[in-house]
Amino acid sequence: MFTANRGRLAAVAAVAVGAVVALAGCASGDPLDSGNTTDEGSATLVVGSQDYYSNEIIAEIYAQALEENGFTVDRQFKIGQREVYLPEIESGSIDVFPEYTGSLLQALNADAAGGTAEETFAQLQDELPDGLSVLDMAKATDQNSWTVTQAFADKYSLTDIASLADVTEPITVGGPSELETRPYGPTTLTEKYGIPIAGFTPIEDGGGPLTIKALVDNAIQITNIYTASPNIKSDKLVALDDPDALFFADNVVPVVSDKVDEKAADVLNAVSAALTAEDLVSLNSESVNDELSAEKIAAAWLKQANLF
Amino acid sequence: MNLFVDAFNWILDPANYAGPGGIPVRLVEHLVFTVVAVLLASLIAIPVGFLIGHTGRGRSLAVATSGGLRSIPTLGLLTLVALWVGIGLGAPYVALTVLAIPPILAGAYAGFEAIDRSTIDSARSVGMSESQIVRTVEIPLGLPLLIAGIRSATLQVVATATLAAYVADFGLGRFLFAGLKTRDYAEMLGGSLLVILLALALEGIFTVVQRLVVPKGVAFGRPPVDRARSARPGPGMDPAITKGNH
Repeated sequence: MFTANRGRLAAVAAVAVGAVVALAGCASGDPLDSGNTTDEGSATLVVGSQDYYSNEIIAEIYAQALEENGFTVDRQFKIGQREVYLPEIESGSIDVFPEYTGSLLQALNADAAGGTAEETFAQLQDELPDGLSVLDMAKATDQNSWTVTQAFADKYSLTDIASLADVTEPITVGGPSELETRPYGPTTLTEKYGIPIAGFTPIEDGGGPLTIKALVDNAIQITNIYTASPNIKSDKLVALDDPDALFFADNVVPVVSDKVDEKAADVLNAVSAALTAEDLVSLNSESVNDELSAEKIAAAWLKQANLF
Repeated sequence: MNLFVDAFNWILDPANYAGPGGIPVRLVEHLVFTVVAVLLASLIAIPVGFLIGHTGRGRSLAVATSGGLRSIPTLGLLTLVALWVGIGLGAPYVALTVLAIPPILAGAYAGFEAIDRSTIDSARSVGMSESQIVRTVEIPLGLPLLIAGIRSATLQVVATATLAAYVADFGLGRFLFAGLKTRDYAEMLGGSLLVILLALALEGIFTVVQRLVVPKGVAFGRPPVDRARSARPGPGMDPAITKGNH
């Protein structure tokens, strides 16, 4: 009995030591490196997208437009949030990525001044690391916004973000974890506008159906919804005005690596020139309300825009 | 840069212990969540398991149902329930209870089934009522396997309860989500290590409990070696080798 126990103890110890060694092995590398980076020499363009359906549609439009013009495209979609994929673009393993001018600028430089669409775009060009550039931006914007329900806005006569200070009931902010620490997050609302925030409820579906339901159910009072979201219309939400440019202008823009040559750049610029804000809302609506795939939505838009 | 060093530093940093989002609060939340989910699952699974084990009926149905429950993706179920009941802890409790039911159910009826039939027949022949047989023979003898089932369920729930933070400001999952979304991998890994430590602590408790619940006079664990000798040779097994074992 005694020896058997000791043998078992030894076995447990061996497993524990083995596990520690194995885990330590994992620790030295980049935890997100999948190991299959693309060949440097190949002419294939890697198109990436955020894990956000609207971004994926734009990425699919880029991909199909490039394919129409004879490029080979490797799709690396749904890479997650900016915090995850930004290092991938910087390391050059992705060549084309749909981005938003203001959000990208803030990610590159948290102290950036921002401003109008043109000002934001100019600052973004300065902040981009070597080897990366942005092509023409589209008119289409998909901005962050502090969003409330129409009923809540009517109750307190809310128009812009600052007017939230007049709300007399506790305000709970809901949204993905990163919202809590973003420069326009709840802390800034309190410090800049004196808006009392009762708490933060994480809802990790990135402004998806759970977030909308929480807002409509009044489980949370404000959240961050993108202005191109079809839910703003269909669920009677109000994106509060932002006169102080708390959120930067967020025009859709392709971020590209050095591998994107002039011909590819022309293709992407033609797409950007044609993409309007209304287009973006209707593309999003086709995804959310009609449940069409990104491929179909992108193909239909390219056909209708009569580009290639 | 070694992520593990950063993660340990994160765990040891006193700044992470203060306030409603600190490590102690999150640990307690996580533990409470796990205990409640396992209790809820036990309330459903144990009576059903005992009924199946005692009557011997409905076993195949239970196996099929619990197999089906096991295959449900927990995050999918959580999202589905949350779309119905809203955000908060309701949906995570439902999803995690569903996750915990199969192992507890299996432990409950397997514990009864593992009892030697002659033991139960003897109890019946000395005049015990059915409820006496269940209470004084089957439950005590089946307890070790039931506890093993609860132990397995607890381990699954404590590891998966991080999903509670998907729709609520609750538990150790907050460190995982927040760390992932803000590229603070030390926080993410530190949170994971805390989940592992909690799981190991619960395992330790269950190891002790499993020893304590063995009724007096019953050998727990593997039967004595001589039973292995009497095993019939399996199909295709060389009889000469089996003989050689004697």
